Amino acid sequence: MLYKFDFSFLLEKWPAFLTGAWLTIQLTVLSIALGFVVGTLCAVARVYGGRTLRLLVGGYVELIRNTPLLVQIFIVYFGLSSVGLKLSAETSAVIALVVNMGAYTTEIMRAGIQSIHHTQLEAADCLGLTRLQTILHVVLLPAIERVYPALSSQFVLLMLASSITSQISAEELTAVANNVQSDTYRSFEVYIIVAAIYLALSLLYRLAFKAIGLIIFERRRRLGTAL
Amino acid sequence: MIQLNAHHIWYLIMAAQWTVLLSLLAFAGGALVGLPIALMRVSPSHTLRIVAGGYIQLIQGTPLLILLFLTYFGLGILGYKLAPLVAAGLALTLYAAAFLGEIWRGCIEAVPRTQWEASDCLGLNRFQQYAYVILPQAFRMAIPPTVGFMVQIVKNTSLASVVGFVELARAGQIVNNSTFEPFIIFCIVAAIYFAMCYPLSLASRFLERRANAGRASH
Repeated sequence: MLYKFDFSFLLEKWPAFLTGAWLTIQLTVLSIALGFVVGTLCAVARVYGGRTLRLLVGGYVELIRNTPLLVQIFIVYFGLSSVGLKLSAETSAVIALVVNMGAYTTEIMRAGIQSIHHTQLEAADCLGLTRLQTILHVVLLPAIERVYPALSSQFVLLMLASSITSQISAEELTAVANNVQSDTYRSFEVYIIVAAIYLALSLLYRLAFKAIGLIIFERRRRLGTAL
Repeated sequence: MIQLNAHHIWYLIMAAQWTVLLSLLAFAGGALVGLPIALMRVSPSHTLRIVAGGYIQLIQGTPLLILLFLTYFGLGILGYKLAPLVAAGLALTLYAAAFLGEIWRGCIEAVPRTQWEASDCLGLNRFQQYAYVILPQAFRMAIPPTVGFMVQIVKNTSLASVVGFVELARAGQIVNNSTFEPFIIFCIVAAIYFAMCYPLSLASRFLERRANAGRASH
């Protein structure tokens, strides 16, 4: 093997990688938060909505889950701009990621909502809770607690998938890496470092979601038992 | 500027064949590597379990796009000038192996303990236990989630476009460069992907329901 590894460019370029990682964190935290809201609303619509609404949400979920994120990003960025809606690369990236995240969250949350026993709803009825109160306190919170592990691994997958937005040159870690790569010609080294950063990020996200779970779900924190 | 016409659509459909080929390649490679990974994960040997677990953590914690860059540029500088198809196939194989390994580990562990004990009592050795008792049962459980994962593989082959492999997504970009009607073109591309993935999703759901129905009736 004649190839000599050369990581010396790191001395000069490490701030770029840090910036890239920070941009990826901003991009994905925003997309995860919005996507979660969209997905939860859609899941409620899918379970409790009327027939038309259920069909619409079902179509949205199937459409998104059976097409590649890359193509979805292209449709938002290139497609919408050609029909007159000019968006920046970052805005397009967030929109595509939110739409994508929303579809997966809908499926996960639907499973959570359907796992709530109907006697819980009857009990809520007897206590005179309004429909909104029932959905919020009796259905959604316990549902989130039940599917929280699935949700958090979906969040981590979204963080990894956000690398695809580099293809429309949205500012994030992979795009930064592509720039460094074309400056230094050390493609292999650059992508090894980026892979390590993503690995660290996914570890960080997992720990963060675990901590958030412990803070939100009292039962799990106090008793150590799941729902 | 050239108008979008039937030839372009035909070109996209032809390119979709490469998507199918790459998907099959990735699935075959992933299955070939994934089965040993799954077996290592449930092996009595501590070292094997850690090695396989580490591999899965590593691959599942890195974006597939970065894996693709690593195989494409990495193997390139090691002196093997790889065709994009090979680099993409390799990256997708590594990716699929990690996920299939984890899916199949779950299926192997879901075979009741008593099956292991019974085959022990019959004097089967470990190979025979796997070949005649455990794997056939695990296999049946594995079909629905495996078909479901094939959807992920088909979708993820779109990333091979970034290393210049002309499959469906890249073909869409090429057609777009000559006609500049991105909205229509990428919607058509998405529709072709949907036509490939949706039947797989339906099949996975159907198989799952049938498997559960079988369990309920026993």
